[in-house]
Formats: sequence, structure tokens, C-alpha cells
Amino acid sequence: MVEAVWLIPALPLAGFLILLAFGRRLGDPGAGYVATAMMGAAFLVTLVVFAGLVGEHHDHRSVTQHLFSWIPSGGLDVEAGLLVDPLSVTMALFVTGVGALIHLYSIGYMHGDERYHQFFVYLNLFAFSMLVLVLADNFLLTFLGWEGVGACSYLLISFWFERPTAAVAGKKAFITNRVGDFGFMLAMFLIFATFGTLQYTEVFGATDRLAEGTATAIALLLFLGAVGKSAQLPLYVWLPDAMEGPTPVSALIHAATMVTAGVFLMVRVNPILDLAPDALTLIAVVGAATALFAATAACAQNDIKKVLAYSTVSQLGYMFLAVGSGAYAAAIFHMVTHAFFKALLFLGAGSVIHGMHDEQDMKRMGGLRKWMPITSITFIVGWLAIAGVPPFAGFWSKDDILINAWEKSPALWAIGLGTALLTAYYMSRQVFLVFYGGERWRKETTVRTPAAAKAHGDFKPHESPSLMALPLVVLAALAAVGGFLNLPFSDFLHLEHWLEPVYGDRLHHLTSGTGTKVALLVITTGAALVGIGIAFGVYMRHKVREEAVEPRVLQRAWYVDELYQGTVEAPGRALADLSASFDRTVIDGAVNGMGALVRAAGSRLRAVQTGFVRNYALGVAGGAVSVLAYVLARSA
Amino acid sequence: MKVPGAWYLALAAMLFTIGAVGLLVRRNVLVMFMCIELMLNAVNLTFVTYARLLDDIGGQSIVFFVLVVAAAEVVVGLGIIVSIFRRRTDATADDVSLLKG
Repeated sequence: MVEAVWLIPALPLAGFLILLAFGRRLGDPGAGYVATAMMGAAFLVTLVVFAGLVGEHHDHRSVTQHLFSWIPSGGLDVEAGLLVDPLSVTMALFVTGVGALIHLYSIGYMHGDERYHQFFVYLNLFAFSMLVLVLADNFLLTFLGWEGVGACSYLLISFWFERPTAAVAGKKAFITNRVGDFGFMLAMFLIFATFGTLQYTEVFGATDRLAEGTATAIALLLFLGAVGKSAQLPLYVWLPDAMEGPTPVSALIHAATMVTAGVFLMVRVNPILDLAPDALTLIAVVGAATALFAATAACAQNDIKKVLAYSTVSQLGYMFLAVGSGAYAAAIFHMVTHAFFKALLFLGAGSVIHGMHDEQDMKRMGGLRKWMPITSITFIVGWLAIAGVPPFAGFWSKDDILINAWEKSPALWAIGLGTALLTAYYMSRQVFLVFYGGERWRKETTVRTPAAAKAHGDFKPHESPSLMALPLVVLAALAAVGGFLNLPFSDFLHLEHWLEPVYGDRLHHLTSGTGTKVALLVITTGAALVGIGIAFGVYMRHKVREEAVEPRVLQRAWYVDELYQGTVEAPGRALADLSASFDRTVIDGAVNGMGALVRAAGSRLRAVQTGFVRNYALGVAGGAVSVLAYVLARSA
Repeated sequence: MKVPGAWYLALAAMLFTIGAVGLLVRRNVLVMFMCIELMLNAVNLTFVTYARLLDDIGGQSIVFFVLVVAAAEVVVGLGIIVSIFRRRTDATADDVSLLKG
């Protein structure tokens, strides 16, 4: 059954090719159904492969399927193959599963868009790239998928490229990602120079002859790649802007799948990380810092999707904190639960935007739970999950990370706890602003978007069609029970045990006693409740003016964008101006100067051509005489 | 009385010079054309003289080639001249200066 694994990436690829050729003819909604069917089929195949892998003995759950010889060139010999192990299958399961739900949702969401089929072309290509990334059996093939998702995210973020902001956001995402990609490439060069191969199994089998310095260098370079792709400090800036893309894209790329690639890579290379404790500490620190930083920024955003974007950055920080603490299972656990509830929240936000006729400002919403019952109930489930309220999914995974962080360093734990409080706060703020309180959209005077203008007057929010509601319900169910994948006190469906072949004995094992664990659990829950309570006081009871808790510095996310504009963009622009003027004066000057020289010489020399036959004859005679004189002079 | 070979050579040189100078100083196309013929035949005379002086038939055979080329040249040249005079009867060589740069 495991042999069917090649079908998993092949199906979205087939969908991509079919839609590329016949997408226009299939049209709206045919193209959407084809793409969704391919993703659904890929999910079913993944289930089959998963079942096959479960059927194997625990120690033999790592199968490589050789596809073809990709780059046979002497010393560098890269085989394209798929690596089926618990990690890649777990990733493939939620990429195809959540991906299929988001495809389904997009059928309704993108309805009426003039480039409808093209959206699904990109979406299928994206899913294919992501699956190649997670299933590859060597670094280069992973890198192929890595670049593929980068390119697709560019295409999808700037899908509505008529809007200048969307076009700029796409470029920003692509360029920022490139910075990280350099790290990945350098890491691959270093790995090849050290091991002479890029196959995962061969590299990880030979780590015993790896010096700590080299291991640290490889780990840090790979981490740089992960920082770019997974939007960590200092390369997170592209993700909030990426919200310019259609909302299903935000859910698929910037919540559930693409940004998890960095975490996946870190877990995949855990045998190398294990040899570089300094790199692990740096990863933990960067993760914790990003988690807190993004959470503070999320507290003051008014755009419904921007809140979720910063929230994603923050939650990814948690995952890196887990990786840095050696808690690879906790990282994957949180990745899976996060995929459930963040996809749910994004799709819910999309449903709200859809129902509000393209309104995204939360300050112009309010009281929507009466108008959009399904959306609001599912969104509230997502809220409880991400806020860390037991027994929802986020509670278990976040708690798992925080216990591990406590054992790494109480300082990191404290940052994580503060982030947990802020997470509960900003998500409650969002829920209260959107679904509770007064119906502020009624007294709407300034109309921003044309769609809203058209609907103005007898404007009423409406619930989304069932095609969009269905994924919401499924994801809400998963977000509610996803935590049972890895309950701390039982062996039932134990994710940690299932993933064991991936990290073996390199996983950090908890040493704290049950008392400490329970205490930490209670403190975490308390923090979440405090966060919710504060938000309730501010946004429901209005104890404090809203503006007072939304300072400008947080709205602008600590002015990091402005800082980058000053330190990166301005010198870059100056350099570009300099080289442009060098091009204009020196390069163009040389070329044009050559032309001018020839022209001037020509205008002087043309005087020789008089057109009089006798002049030419004189020239001939003179020439003949001088040749003769020369010959005579030589022979004399 | 046997005429010395040097005389022939001197005659040929004089004929060539007359032709060359005529070509340079005259404006009448027909006269310039005749000057070219004069130069060609001066060279022919030189060839024949040397053939006799050196007792080598090669010089005489070269003359045949020159005559053939000259005949061909006359055909082309006269054709051009006729077409020039068809347009204007009083044309001189200096009036035909289309190649002026």
C-alpha cells in the first residue's frame, strides 16, 4: 500500500496540468471541482499510505520509493525519490486533508471571479509543490518543493494584481523568502561538501563523523531558510502583507501548509540539530522572541485578517520554541492543531468578509453572530482552541510546548506564557469585535469598497453558502478534538510515539514531576482565562477606552517595516540609483561615444569621395606610382 | 635598318603618359575613354617589344588577353556613355558625380 505514495504528489500535478490545458473551458465552477477532486483523491491515497505504514512494524516505518535518477553527474548524483516515514505521512495527511477542505471552500469563495480557473491552477500547483517538499527523500528535491511553494505564494498573493498593494505584497513575499533560500542553498553546499550526498538517510546515517562546528553551521543556515519560509524574526515581514491575497490562499499558504515548511525542515534535520546545541538555543530564543513580538502586534490590528496573520507568526514562534527545546513531537503536534484551528479561523474570517461584502475592518463589524450563525459558532470553536481553553486542541499542544520550554529555560517559558496570555487576549478581542457588541455596520457612513457601496442602503450581512460552511464545520470538529492526538497522560493515539522513528532517542524527555506538570498546566490555563477576561473588560464592558490599549506603535507593529525601509530599502534604492547613473553615464557613454567617433570620422572622410572620375583616376595613378616607387626602392 | 628595342619602349612610355595625363585632364567622357585605350595599347606595345627582345612568346600571348579584356571593356564603357548622352548631349565627366560622399 505504501507503494502508492507517488500518487500523492502526482494527483495535484495532474490537476494542475488538466486545468492548465482545459481550465478555461471547465470554467466556473467546473475547474474548482476538478481541483478539489484531485486534492480529495490525494487525501484518500495518503490515508491508504498511512494505513500501510501503520501496518508495518514500528522499526520499519521508513520506506524510500525510488522514482528516477534526477541528476546523474559524477560526484553529484541526485536520485528523485519519496521518503515515507511517520513525519512525511503526518505532514502529507494534513496538507492534503486541510488542503482539500480549503479547495472545497474556494469553489464558493472565488465564485464569480474573472480568473476563476487560474486560481485553481495555482492552488493545485501549490499543493503539488508542498507535497514534493514534505515527501522528498533528499535535500535538493525538498528544495524544489520549497522554491515551488515560494513561487506559488507569489502568484497567489498577487492574484488580484490589479490592486497595487497586492502586487507589492507578492513581490515582498518572494524577495523576503529569497533571503532565507540562500541559507538553504548554502546549507546544501555544506552538506554535500561534508557528506558527499544529499539523500536524507545517507546524511543522517553518517552524522557521527560530523564536527560540532560544521553541524552548527549547517543547522544555522538551514534555520535561516526556515526563518524566511516560516516568517520568524527578522524575516517575518512578508506574512502580514500576504493577507492581500484571496482569503482561501491566506488559509492554505499562510496558516496551514507553506509556513509550516520551516518547522518541518527543522524536525527533519533533527539528527544534525542534535549535534549543535548552540544552534538549538538560538532557535528557541528566536522562536520565543517572535512569538511574543507578533502577539503584541496582533493586539492592535483592526484588519480581521491582519490579526490572524500576526497570530500565525506568533504560533510559528511557538513551534520553533519547541524545536529549540528539543521537543520535536510537540512542534509537530502544535503544527497539526494549528493547521486545524488557523485554517478554520482564516476560512471563518473569509466567510465574514464575504458576508460583509468585502469589509475587513473589525471596527465596522459587530453583532454578527445573529446573522452568521454557522460562521460564528465555528469561529468561536477556533477561538477557544487557539486561546488555549481546555479541552480544545490548542490547549494541549501549547501546554506540551510550554512544559518543554520550562525545562529548557524558565525565561523562555515566561515569554511563552506571556504570549499565551496575549494570544487569548487578541483572539477574544477579535471575536468580541466581530461577533458581539453593537451592530456598528448599521451606522456606516464612509464606504470603502465598491462592493460595499453597491450594497449600501438595505445592507445586511448574510451567511455563506453551504459549500463554504461545510469545511468550517469539519475544521471546527477537528479543532475541538485535535488535542486528543497527543494527550499527555495516556497512550491513546500517541503522536509522540508514532513519530518516534523520526527522532529516535534525540527527543527531549520531560523530567519534571507530575506536580510541576499540573502546576504549569494550571498556570497556562489561568493565563488564557486572564487574557480573555481583560479583552472582555475592554471590548464588552468598555472599562477602558479602546484607543488606549491600541497604541500606534503596536498598530504599526513596532515600526519594523519602517525600520527595514530605512535600513534596507533606502540603501538598496541608493545603490540602484548609483548603478543606474553608472549605466547611463559610463556604459551608455562608452557605447554612444564609440558611435559618435565613427560618425565624426566618417563625416571627415566622406570629403574624399568627390564623385569626379578624374579624382579617382588620380588616386589610382598615384597609388600605382607609389607602389612602383616602393618596389624599386626595395630592389635597389 | 633594325630599330632598337629601347625605341619601342620609349614610344610605349610616351603613349602611356599621354593616355594617363589625358585621362586626368580631359572632361569629355569619350576622350577619356580613348585615353584608356591608349594606355592599354601602350602596355600591349611594351609586351610585344619584350617578347621580341627576350625571345619569349609569353609576352605576345598576354597581348591577346589584354585585347579581349579591352574589347569587353569597350562594350560596357560605350554602353554607359551612350546612356549618359541619351539624357543630356553636353555632359562632361564632372557632371556625373552621383557617388559624391
